[in-house]
Amino acid sequence: MIGANGHKDPRHPFWAERPRYDLESEKYLKIWQGPQHPGVTGNMALELVVEGDIVVDCRVHVGYLHRGFEKLMERRKYINCFPIVCRICVPEPDYNEYLFAAATEELAGIEIPERAKWIRAITLELARIASLTMGLGGQAGAFGLGTIGQWCLVHRDYVLDLFEELSGHRIYHMYILPGGVRHDLTPGFAERTEAVLRKVEKLMDDVQKVLFDNAVIKARTNGLGVIPYDWIDPFGIVGTNARGAGGTRDVRRDYPYLVYDRLDFDVITGDRSDVYGRSLLRRAEILMACGLVRQMLRGMPAGPVRTKLPNPLHWRIPAGETYVRAESGRGEMGYLMVSDGSGYPRRVHVRGPSYTHAMALFEELVRGVSIADIGGLMASLQTCPPEIER
Amino acid sequence: MWKLRDMISPFYAWKRAFEKPFTIRKPLVERDGPPLYRGFHTNDLGKCIGCGSCEEICQNAAIDMRRAEGIEPAHGDSGLRPAIDYGRCCWCALCVDICPTASLGMSNKYNWISDTGEDWAFTPGVDDGGWNEDELGYTRAECAWLLDPAGQKMPVVGADERRKNFEEMALGYGGDSAMKEAVRCLDCGLCVEACPTHMDVPAYIRAIRDGDLDEGLRLLYDTNPFSESCGRICTAKCQDACALGHLGEPIMIRWLKRYITDNTLDSRYEVLGIEKRARRTGRKIAVVGAGPSGLTAAFYLARFGHAVTVFERSEKPGGMLRTGIPDYRLPADVLQREIDVILDSGVELRCGVDIGKDTTVSKLRQEYDAVYISVGAQEGSSMPIEGIDLPRVLVGVDLLARIAAGERPSLGESVAVIGGGNTAMDVCRSAVRLGADKVTVLYRRTEKEMPANAEEIEEAREEGVEFEFLVSPVKITEKGDKLDVECQRMRLGEPDDSGRRRPVPIDGSEFTVTVDTCVMAVGQQVEGSFATATGVKVTRWNTFHVDGDTLVTDTEGVFAGGDCETGPDDAIRAIASGKKAAWFINEYLGRDG
Repeated sequence: MIGANGHKDPRHPFWAERPRYDLESEKYLKIWQGPQHPGVTGNMALELVVEGDIVVDCRVHVGYLHRGFEKLMERRKYINCFPIVCRICVPEPDYNEYLFAAATEELAGIEIPERAKWIRAITLELARIASLTMGLGGQAGAFGLGTIGQWCLVHRDYVLDLFEELSGHRIYHMYILPGGVRHDLTPGFAERTEAVLRKVEKLMDDVQKVLFDNAVIKARTNGLGVIPYDWIDPFGIVGTNARGAGGTRDVRRDYPYLVYDRLDFDVITGDRSDVYGRSLLRRAEILMACGLVRQMLRGMPAGPVRTKLPNPLHWRIPAGETYVRAESGRGEMGYLMVSDGSGYPRRVHVRGPSYTHAMALFEELVRGVSIADIGGLMASLQTCPPEIER
Repeated sequence: MWKLRDMISPFYAWKRAFEKPFTIRKPLVERDGPPLYRGFHTNDLGKCIGCGSCEEICQNAAIDMRRAEGIEPAHGDSGLRPAIDYGRCCWCALCVDICPTASLGMSNKYNWISDTGEDWAFTPGVDDGGWNEDELGYTRAECAWLLDPAGQKMPVVGADERRKNFEEMALGYGGDSAMKEAVRCLDCGLCVEACPTHMDVPAYIRAIRDGDLDEGLRLLYDTNPFSESCGRICTAKCQDACALGHLGEPIMIRWLKRYITDNTLDSRYEVLGIEKRARRTGRKIAVVGAGPSGLTAAFYLARFGHAVTVFERSEKPGGMLRTGIPDYRLPADVLQREIDVILDSGVELRCGVDIGKDTTVSKLRQEYDAVYISVGAQEGSSMPIEGIDLPRVLVGVDLLARIAAGERPSLGESVAVIGGGNTAMDVCRSAVRLGADKVTVLYRRTEKEMPANAEEIEEAREEGVEFEFLVSPVKITEKGDKLDVECQRMRLGEPDDSGRRRPVPIDGSEFTVTVDTCVMAVGQQVEGSFATATGVKVTRWNTFHVDGDTLVTDTEGVFAGGDCETGPDDAIRAIASGKKAAWFINEYLGRDG
């Protein structure tokens, strides 16, 4: 059920072809969906051409959330960028914090303490649990199963309770910063984390019964939004979307960062790349993240959590360029940072996975989908508009 | 393809209906934030020094330093307090993490309802939102302090080596140390206020960071033509006021100043544009005394375009900088090249002219448009005790002057130095270098009350000087070729006018110290005969009576400053007086310059 029209002209890549529809013929209707709609958190608009209730063409319009983070960073001292990067993405602020810190440290040649690496990895995995749990709830909600959406949000809040305890805040933690993390784990954090992980695992059992072993969901998601394996590279598909389509890319294994080379895990791949398969994969990812957090809480060494940096007001970083990446809940997220030797980053480019997923890929996948399924399809791509517009 | 299980399984959701709800029943129940919650700010006003580092680091420009009711500016305190605009704050707590006194904190409160928009700009500590006493809330962990408390160490010659000679002991920063130290600076500017001559410290430290030492040198000479000397021997009041000094070591401002001057030696004349300038105003000014104050005044008056003549009684210029400070702290050639800059900028120097004998102030006044008296306080004070005029009882400043002139008098094996000021330190450390084995400093209060710099006391100890506190001599007698210094133990009584506790003798605690030489370093004074002979109004301490703002004496056209006006003090105060005098003499002459 992918793009309805064939891709015949060999001179152009197939995704560059854009058919024209005669709206005067009264066969087609143009409707706008969004910028507020049920599929995603955040704002983006879909300009749809429908035939009956089937979408025949779609253009994605973004820009409703443009806050200009990349430009803002060029005028801020390195330390001053740290509180704003987390705001690039609401569900997954920690990856931004980590990547900004890692890029800065790499350019400045700073080695952070061992324990800080473990704590960072723990927060990243907790963020994955929080984000994917909410995504799974959104997925269920988009198909009308609001109850599961409520359950999932509650369990995300349990994880946010941990963040609140650890960093002081629930959403924008501002916890990982250049040099390490802000402070050590609080006493008893491991026990409370274990309790939350158990709750999440129990939730996953419930979700399996109610969402995945569900005739209605199976009927609606079977074959919806299938990503062929050979689209992975042309579209730059990453994360669970790629792994569902048979890809095996996972930054944690391919380019290990922090402590992932010391953890025991297998990259999870799916055997079906429709909405159902991707959702199932995310459920497995959540359970894997729970296991990783347990491993790390057991294995982490004691020691300091922060390296002393020079006075942040006059901190100049040697000229250079780096690209750092991490496996976020949505896939590979990367920061390209260029320093010209001054106290301000010359350029920071944020490579968010939503950019390709929600725009180029989605426009292609949505063709032939009924209007009722658009929300579910968007949710299955883990689209996050705030991250598209840095 | 459908299984029966898929039809039944979703009804599992009903099971939740019999379980405990996830949500709480009363959502409006008050809930504390977590212990580390970053809520509204708190500020310990007693600790806050208004340095503005929080304002500097705030990435949202949410913090504005404002005058706060009931807070007055003081030494090392700008009198400003941070006011926070909660419409802009993003609760990142970088302000808390950088605060150099740890006065800022964050409370546990996150709810605040107010009717008026003005309330958004909130001055924590001054305004009361009800959370000032909050126990919970974000306080930074020790590792979270963004500043580096440790200053860069100055490389020095080892104590054993420096006991042997008068070579300069501090070797000067290398580029790396200077840069690291300059990076520590917060740019708060509390030091500018603390410096008597208000040197623009943050600006020249910035010049070091920018690698533009020429610009640094220009900035130094804007306020102080003795920057090279001050980079070595200044009492560094700026460092006492430094914001970083509260929880760590202050910025080593003095050493950074020295770094600039040491590394711009070759380009100094070019950078400063030193040349014999045309005396374009046609005004003539006489300066009496070629010490730091007189030469500073001469330098700036010459910059204004006036013709300046400096009269000096001794053979060489420099005043106490030359005669009062031993070479190991300030080498004579360093001082000389700095004075050369001043003289080469168009100042005429006449050495060997004794005002009072060769000519008088009133004659100078007739000949010149204005006169600046800066003769210093060079006469060593003594104590009213028996035996003070014995030949081997020396006066500290006189001894230092002899050493400065190249003499190396033998003080014998054991030396007692009476006093606790910087002169006493100079004397005792010079005595070590002159070969004395046992040098003892006798001071009537404790180490805490000593006016000498802590650094010098420490260095004297390294060189083997011993200290006896709460001891005062009462009588000195000659015993063969030795001196018997009879002393009395003291205890501390009530604080006196200077705020230091007054020493009170303990009866019956007398004891005797036997030494070869005894040096009195108990202060200096203005030479009374000179002061009264000038005909200018003097105080009962023989210092000149001037208007504190303008340095004008009661005689028209005659100004006085430096130690002869303030009483004995440090070089930087004298330099500040000179700079001020130059400004007001120029004003007096109708702002020709």
